[in-house]
Amino acid sequence: MARAISTKRKSVNTAIAGTLGFLMFFPILWILILSFKTEEDAIRAPLQILFDSGWTLDSFAAVQARSDYFKHFSNSVIISVGSTLIGLMIAIPAAWSMAFVPSKNTKNVLMWMLSTKMLPPVGVLVPIYLIFRDTGLLDSRFGLTIVLTLMNLPIIVWMLYTYFKEIPGEILEAARMDGASLREEVLYVLTPMAIPGMASTVLLNIILAWNEAFWTLNLTAAKAAPLTAFIASYSSPEGLFYAKLSAASIMAIAPILIMGWFSQKQLVRGLTFGAVK
Amino acid sequence: MSTKASRSAARLMISPAVILLLMWMIVPLVMTVYFSFLRYNLLSPGATPWAGWDNYYWFFTDPSFKDAIWNTLALVGGILLITVIGGIGFALLLDKPMFGTGVIRIMVIAPFFVMPTVSALVWKNMFFNPVNGIFGNIATSLGFQPIDFFAEIPLLSIIFIVSWMWLPFATLILLTALQSLDQEQLEAAEMDGANWGNRFWFIMLPHLARAITVVILIQTIFLLSVFAEILVTTNGGPGTATTNLTYLIYVSSLLQFDVGMGSAGGVIAIILANIVAIFLMRMIGKNLDA
Amino acid sequence: MGRITLEKVTKSFGDVEVIPPLDLEIEDGEFVVFVGPSGCGKSTLLRLIAGLEDVTSGQINIDGQDATDLPPAKRSLAMVFQSYALYPHMSVRKNIAFPMRMAGVPDDEQKRRIEAAAKALNLTDYLDRRPGQLSGGQRQRVAIGRAIVREPAAFLFDEPLSNLDAALRVGMRLEISELHKRLETTMVYVTHDQVEAMTMADKIVVLRAGNIEQVGSPLELYKAPRNLFVAGFIGSPTMNIFDGAEAAKFGAHTAGVRPEHIEVVSPEEGYWTGTVGVAEHLGSDTFFHIHETGLAETITVRAPGDVAYNHGDKIGLNPRTDLVHKFDEQGLRVQ
Repeated sequence: MARAISTKRKSVNTAIAGTLGFLMFFPILWILILSFKTEEDAIRAPLQILFDSGWTLDSFAAVQARSDYFKHFSNSVIISVGSTLIGLMIAIPAAWSMAFVPSKNTKNVLMWMLSTKMLPPVGVLVPIYLIFRDTGLLDSRFGLTIVLTLMNLPIIVWMLYTYFKEIPGEILEAARMDGASLREEVLYVLTPMAIPGMASTVLLNIILAWNEAFWTLNLTAAKAAPLTAFIASYSSPEGLFYAKLSAASIMAIAPILIMGWFSQKQLVRGLTFGAVK
Repeated sequence: MSTKASRSAARLMISPAVILLLMWMIVPLVMTVYFSFLRYNLLSPGATPWAGWDNYYWFFTDPSFKDAIWNTLALVGGILLITVIGGIGFALLLDKPMFGTGVIRIMVIAPFFVMPTVSALVWKNMFFNPVNGIFGNIATSLGFQPIDFFAEIPLLSIIFIVSWMWLPFATLILLTALQSLDQEQLEAAEMDGANWGNRFWFIMLPHLARAITVVILIQTIFLLSVFAEILVTTNGGPGTATTNLTYLIYVSSLLQFDVGMGSAGGVIAIILANIVAIFLMRMIGKNLDA
Repeated sequence: MGRITLEKVTKSFGDVEVIPPLDLEIEDGEFVVFVGPSGCGKSTLLRLIAGLEDVTSGQINIDGQDATDLPPAKRSLAMVFQSYALYPHMSVRKNIAFPMRMAGVPDDEQKRRIEAAAKALNLTDYLDRRPGQLSGGQRQRVAIGRAIVREPAAFLFDEPLSNLDAALRVGMRLEISELHKRLETTMVYVTHDQVEAMTMADKIVVLRAGNIEQVGSPLELYKAPRNLFVAGFIGSPTMNIFDGAEAAKFGAHTAGVRPEHIEVVSPEEGYWTGTVGVAEHLGSDTFFHIHETGLAETITVRAPGDVAYNHGDKIGLNPRTDLVHKFDEQGLRVQ
């Protein structure tokens, strides 16, 4: 039974939580404001929210002209979506096996897969770098997609496994009795039932891949660089650049922010990696 | 609970994932170990003679190694402390009834979507910059000397930036766990005479134990490899003040092109990570029954 | 057609043998109930017939064909699961159509069979709903509908009524019985509830620890239980069982008499005497739980509803001696 809460209590809670939430969000809000200012406005009076010289889209245009945003944007999309989809294709059968045909090794296999995530990327940086250099994969979207697929595969398997576990095995057995082949069972029964879980998995992995900033920085140069590397090129200041940096930042994070906000429910589920209910 | 046919199908279906991960783990690992025993610099092509334990010796005796270990531990420990305690606080707060829960939750989650390079650059320029940054401006307008964050408290500044990204994550997981707590348990405890502190300590915190484990486990995996935030803010400096193990290895292998030395560092990083991993896996074994 | 025979079938999980060698014949058109306490292997046996588990050894024949190694889909059996196992993302219509879709039945034929099944099961108004929007009884009927449209050689039911409340259970029990009379298709039904077994079965198979204790019609089992286990399992309330000197008077090591075969009389007229512990007045019947009889801790007696004794009353008991069941030292029935 929920107890009746007074409006006053509720208002106090709202004020405290709202303030803290606003502080967390403030840096993002701030660069959003800066990105519409002129460079002079942006630097002259940092604390001033008002626009002295009116708002402008110049910074966005300048960023596109200076470092070809759309090329990096499409790199990010291809790499994050590509690695997630490939990962999904490998992980769905694996998770099916572990969830519905468990053996005494299942738990060990799962733990082992997760433990490959414990391998620090830097520990294998040198060989991967050399392999990529010698096979011409350096600075290629394909190479990066493969690396990110392997990076996130354990997480995808783990998450799908936890979602599949919630689906009663009897339903799959019913499909088998009804004459469905293994392919039909996975395609027509399991997959549609697991769609919410898969959506969460896909969302989380796109975010992880989109924001991955070790391999993307070390294995790409100009051609295949996604937005993480694109923004890193703004690390050395050149004259008045706050507005341009803000515009570039907003352009780099906006796709994920918008996607995240529109799919909040699935995302919250996904963000807990399926480990907390 | 299955037939031979489904068991062999299961083996077939799990093998691509297992084989790929096995390759991803073994091949580079073996190469790293092998390289770590060679005198191998990309700038001096040609022979790569056997170096024995030299690379390890130089890596261990390099003063920056000790700093890097310390910085790595301080980074992981500091961020875990901030995010777990802060996350519990946020979760308790957001669990209370209030208006506009959705909007507030969106604002709190948002930093998790911001890529490391962006958050590092934004904090560095717009907030930490002593002349043009917001913190500097506030300090000046209040009559204080602004702090030059990356010169005076570089490591803390990095901890702060990374915590900003991971605090939402911890909050979300802990909030989800808190919401699954049966309210009747709390009411029963209240009837039994437990005050808020008791209820938090004896009921909420044990209920959160599993979620806290998950937070620590997942964050540690990512935090051991903090890289981009350092690369775009301090480049590991001043001196080695913000060089963690990941960054140190990056410097020796990709900036100084010393493959042997970088690999030796890589092996050490793997061993360290394994020590942490064993410790963590023990914890999960206890707290995760999946 | 739906004749199923099991020859020397065994099943082990690892080192644990859950079904020791077992033979069983199920005739075409028969309603066979597997009954037994939980963990007796009855569900495993059903799953072996369904093909959802492999037999460890032995052979399963369906209509004379060796089906031991056939996958479930090829055995022309339909199954109704305990949890109904409906596909939550499909409408009732699509759920019922699924097995036909898998079998490649033409669309107009699918439509015809769905409508026939829906009409027979009172589901016509619900065809476009999702399973989540249906009540327990309706879901049960959808599961049955999905089984019917396949026109299988035999239906398998795995405790289909255990998730329903008591009133619905009685209703569904009748519906399934009527369905069987109408279709005249073999049905194999698993339950732990002996009332379901007694009311529905042509043939009951009583199982304990994977062994068949007795096979027979409900009345055979009631009248002549082969051993103490069956005697105690079939019948409600359960048979009163006693041994020692009182049993010896009937020439048995252990003797049993059903509650409905004991007459309540005044203490002076009674063959046995006892003290009423609890009297449960149901109106039509009264159940007495009687102590201090010298037979067993508690003796249960079923008396007509107007027999009025209460807690603490002394009463006399007269068993119908011709209906006392006798068992030897091994617990087996003696004539």
